[in-house]
Amino acid sequence: MKTTLSWLKEHLDTGADLATVVDRLTMIGLEVEEVEDRARDFAPFRIARVISAEKHPNADRLRVCMVDPGDGNAVQVVCGAPNARTGMIGVFAPAGTHIPGTGIDLEKGVIRGVESNGMLLSERELGLSDDHEGIVDLPDDAPVGAAYADYAGLDDPVIDIAVTTNRSDAFGVSGIARDLAASGLGTVIDRSIEPVAGDGPCPVDVRLDLSDKASWCPAFALRLVRGVKNGPSPKWLQQKLLAIGLRPINALVDITNFVTMDRSRPLHVFDAAKVKGDLTVRPARNGEELLALDGKTYALDPQVCVIADDNGVESLAGIMGGEASGCDEATTDVLIESALWDPINIAQTGRRLAVVSDARHRFERGVDPAFTVPGVELATRLVMEICGGTPTDVVVAGEVPEPRTVIEFPLTEIRRLAGIDPSMAEVTGILQALGFTTRPHRTEGTITVQVPTWRPDVAIKADLVEEVVRIIGVDNVPEVPLRHIHGVAGPVLTTLQHRTRRAKRALATRGFVEAMIWSFIPHDHAVRFGGGDRALELANPIAADMSDMRPSLLPGLAAAAQRNADRGYPDLAMFEVGQVYAGVRPEDQSIAAAGVRQGTLGTTGGGRHWQSPATPVGVFDVKADALAVLDALGLAGNNIQVVNGAPDWFHPGRAGTIRQGPKTVLATFGEFHPRTLKALGVEGPLAGFEINLDAIPEPRAKATKTRKAIALSSLQPVRRDFAFVVGRDVTAETILRAARGADKKLIAGASVFDLFESDALGEDRKSVAIEVTLQPMETTLTDAEIEAVAGKVVAAVEKATGGTLRA
Amino acid sequence: MTAQTLPDIEALESDLTARIAAADDVPALEAERVAALGKKGSVSDLLKQLGGMTPDERKVMGPALNGLKARLNDAILARRALLDERELDRRLAEESVDVTLPVRAAPTEAGRIHPVSQVMDEITAIVADMGFAIAEGPDIETDHYNFTALNFREGHPAREMHDTFFFHPDETGERLLLRTHTSPVQIRAMETIAPPIRVAIPGRTYRCDSDQTHTPMFHQLEGLVLDEETHFGHLKWTLREFCRAFFEVPDVQMRFRPSYFPFTEPSMEVDIRYERVGDEFRLGQGDQWMEILGCGMVHPNVIRSGGLDPERIQGYAWGIGIDRLAMLKYGMPDLRAFFDADVRWLRHYGFRPLDVPSLLAGLTR
Repeated sequence: MKTTLSWLKEHLDTGADLATVVDRLTMIGLEVEEVEDRARDFAPFRIARVISAEKHPNADRLRVCMVDPGDGNAVQVVCGAPNARTGMIGVFAPAGTHIPGTGIDLEKGVIRGVESNGMLLSERELGLSDDHEGIVDLPDDAPVGAAYADYAGLDDPVIDIAVTTNRSDAFGVSGIARDLAASGLGTVIDRSIEPVAGDGPCPVDVRLDLSDKASWCPAFALRLVRGVKNGPSPKWLQQKLLAIGLRPINALVDITNFVTMDRSRPLHVFDAAKVKGDLTVRPARNGEELLALDGKTYALDPQVCVIADDNGVESLAGIMGGEASGCDEATTDVLIESALWDPINIAQTGRRLAVVSDARHRFERGVDPAFTVPGVELATRLVMEICGGTPTDVVVAGEVPEPRTVIEFPLTEIRRLAGIDPSMAEVTGILQALGFTTRPHRTEGTITVQVPTWRPDVAIKADLVEEVVRIIGVDNVPEVPLRHIHGVAGPVLTTLQHRTRRAKRALATRGFVEAMIWSFIPHDHAVRFGGGDRALELANPIAADMSDMRPSLLPGLAAAAQRNADRGYPDLAMFEVGQVYAGVRPEDQSIAAAGVRQGTLGTTGGGRHWQSPATPVGVFDVKADALAVLDALGLAGNNIQVVNGAPDWFHPGRAGTIRQGPKTVLATFGEFHPRTLKALGVEGPLAGFEINLDAIPEPRAKATKTRKAIALSSLQPVRRDFAFVVGRDVTAETILRAARGADKKLIAGASVFDLFESDALGEDRKSVAIEVTLQPMETTLTDAEIEAVAGKVVAAVEKATGGTLRA
Repeated sequence: MTAQTLPDIEALESDLTARIAAADDVPALEAERVAALGKKGSVSDLLKQLGGMTPDERKVMGPALNGLKARLNDAILARRALLDERELDRRLAEESVDVTLPVRAAPTEAGRIHPVSQVMDEITAIVADMGFAIAEGPDIETDHYNFTALNFREGHPAREMHDTFFFHPDETGERLLLRTHTSPVQIRAMETIAPPIRVAIPGRTYRCDSDQTHTPMFHQLEGLVLDEETHFGHLKWTLREFCRAFFEVPDVQMRFRPSYFPFTEPSMEVDIRYERVGDEFRLGQGDQWMEILGCGMVHPNVIRSGGLDPERIQGYAWGIGIDRLAMLKYGMPDLRAFFDADVRWLRHYGFRPLDVPSLLAGLTR
């Protein structure tokens, strides 16, 4: 909402200067976004005469002009405008000035060998419009030497206010003035409107034909003014509209725009000669269309409220009039409409048809019903003043509602919600200045407050608290420390929240960088990773490749890895810990921790290095990552099994699953399937893992933090090596588990130290060499005892694997 | 045995000593030792001959030969020590490396935490100290939780301003959406926690919008306090303390402006002072205001939506953009880069894994 300072002062008697007004507006909730002070910005720009304009000696399109800025000291300027010509009058900016439209500080210069000491400005350079076809070309009587801002009436500061959606009354200058006056910055100038007596009834009748949709239009006032002379508006009106960014059209249209801005009362004018029969307010019919004043044709349906005559639809109710019945310079009889429309219907229609207008903006926020008829009267007065004419009576269809919101307001509410205690006089003073009526209530300290018709946003006690607080000033509310509710703070994170944070830190210590990637991914990526359900597809994605809620973090990470490779960074380790979506219910959303390694950035580092070759990342890198995260989350050795095999986006033979117990899948990892890489447009090598943090059970509550005592043997451990020839599909885990179980008392550990595959071993056979550690606790082991355990190990492994001890 | 056959010990000693001194490595020295003092060595041979000498000859030759043996032994040991020393020097010289060769960086040094995660941890450290727990809610929400329960009237422009992402309607016609703010969790918190409630709600939020300062996905933090006493003065105090702690400055000049949100009444927007020095933002003081958050007293209708009695229960809520907080504190110019996963950006603006924010030594090092 824009206004100028002088416009505001037509409604507010105040000696306050611009800065004070602007500051106060912001502090009472009418946030000033911008102030255009053109008197200041345009101060150096003078009206100047082009004494001569000659072709530039070195450039066909440039002209060398001698410009007289009014002081007789002609200045040489090089100008590129096609309309620069001898004798014209334009706007001159001397060197050293700031050009508002382009943001450039103008300097003295030499253009193609010719000195230039300033500039003749275009509308765009002045910041007035986008027009830069040529320089400003003023009439011959423009006073050379005068300040351009004064001449053009642009010396009035323009205040742009970000009015919040609840304050429909502040979309009019009068409403803004009222708020300022209530805050103590001057007094409101009474501009109430005397009705104009009509000369006979309005010949055009209005019918509300809405049946069950009567709420769409509670009231519709109409008046005919005959014998008007339409044409350009007077200068004062044009300047007002121009200043706030509206282009003057003709007097009748400009008057409606003026009333809209002045009083937040949108109006419409029909050219009576183009209206056939009476006006009917009704739902549009399927198939009806309207060519609106914005030059666009809108297809209508019964959810749209229209104003129609015998010719058909003439206007989109409350949003925009039709081209066919609009007023132009030939209009002699004008119908002035001031109606009330249903905010919800206007909002929905405006949104569906994508029409933006000042009228819609106000009606969907709720205009003052009590100003329906005064709106017609104000417009009538302006029409008669500017265009002449004779008005008829006003016809009103429906009934103007008289909303009566009454609130019983105990002043203790102000203390309760805002922590301040203003006096009864202060509170009633503020409310009355804002147009509320107050009267004492039978309960001491309570008042009965009636809300003015222009404040549909005020309905409850808390709303009144806000009115009082914002006028008193939020700065006057003292700060009060929040009560300390605990001694030493307890944990504030849930297990999952804690694990989410820990997983991030654990991965970062492994050399991963954390990424945050969109929650929505391309549909085909979602499908490939087990998602792509229609229920998880956005109806209005911002881009086609941001359409589906991700079932996994991996596709986003893989695509991100490729983007980095494309930028020349092919070796990376990147992770994300975030939401994945198996369905739309809250319980279908879970937190995953996933990472990818690309190129050669394995667990020991990436890229070529003099100490070790650059080897491609592989399944064991990401297995180590997944296990490290689980370890950091407290799951080390906690009945965790790693088994071969993983979802089909991984390589079928180079991927695994980490389970807890037989059913709970904690994580999957592996190298990606070549088909997955191809589908994602990613070049390998790429390996990844994904852990479902929600699947990890809550830790068991323990009665004590005491750890189990440790038994430290004073005897040396004994290590024995065994090599077994087993089938290729026998897992290392099977061998190790059998070995460890061979003598649970003595065997402290078993590990694989060599792996060897060769046809010499037999078809599909491999040799797995393990080291078994025996830890005696009481006495040193004899050779015979060691041999006995070794025999048990061999027997156990052979039994479990069907293999043999390698000779 | 005649005198002529008696060995010339002096000549022998001089010869052997010279040979020992000339032995240039341990094997050569050993060969000299064997040649002189070994079983068949020249000196051993002479010693063996002592038995065949006359007592007089023995008296002379015995001490002379034994003296020679002892001196040769000493010479060999001394030479051996010298050769060992030389050998060690040689080995050490051979083993030397160029220590300027680069080492592989530890993964801990290469890893980075995303600024949003870091800032969430900073925020958590601060609000935990003020007695807030962390609450969360789903990204996919119903119209009820995202709008209706938060007092957004059907068709009201405030609802439209949210640029909501919708899902396809289900068979009942219900249309789910991506939450446009973290405020739905206010209602979920009220439904699950009995007052007094003090929660901070961080999370992902979504709006159909994209430019330098808007991305279709972003992060918000919501603060909610509901009890029987908390009022606007507490809110002001909380936000000042929060900003002071977060931006790590002694004081933050703030401005509370009345504003409008459907779910709070009264509602305020908060600006903080800042100045720009070169490329740098200095927050807390300066000559300009920057809007950083919205807040207010929880609207009675919202309290009612959460199943509580607004005549008895009252409190405040505030919401702030986490990404924006990160930008203000750490100076990233463009929000879109937050979600582009460019490793160069992540390494530059990211945080080291061991820099876990806490209040013990200041949030940042």
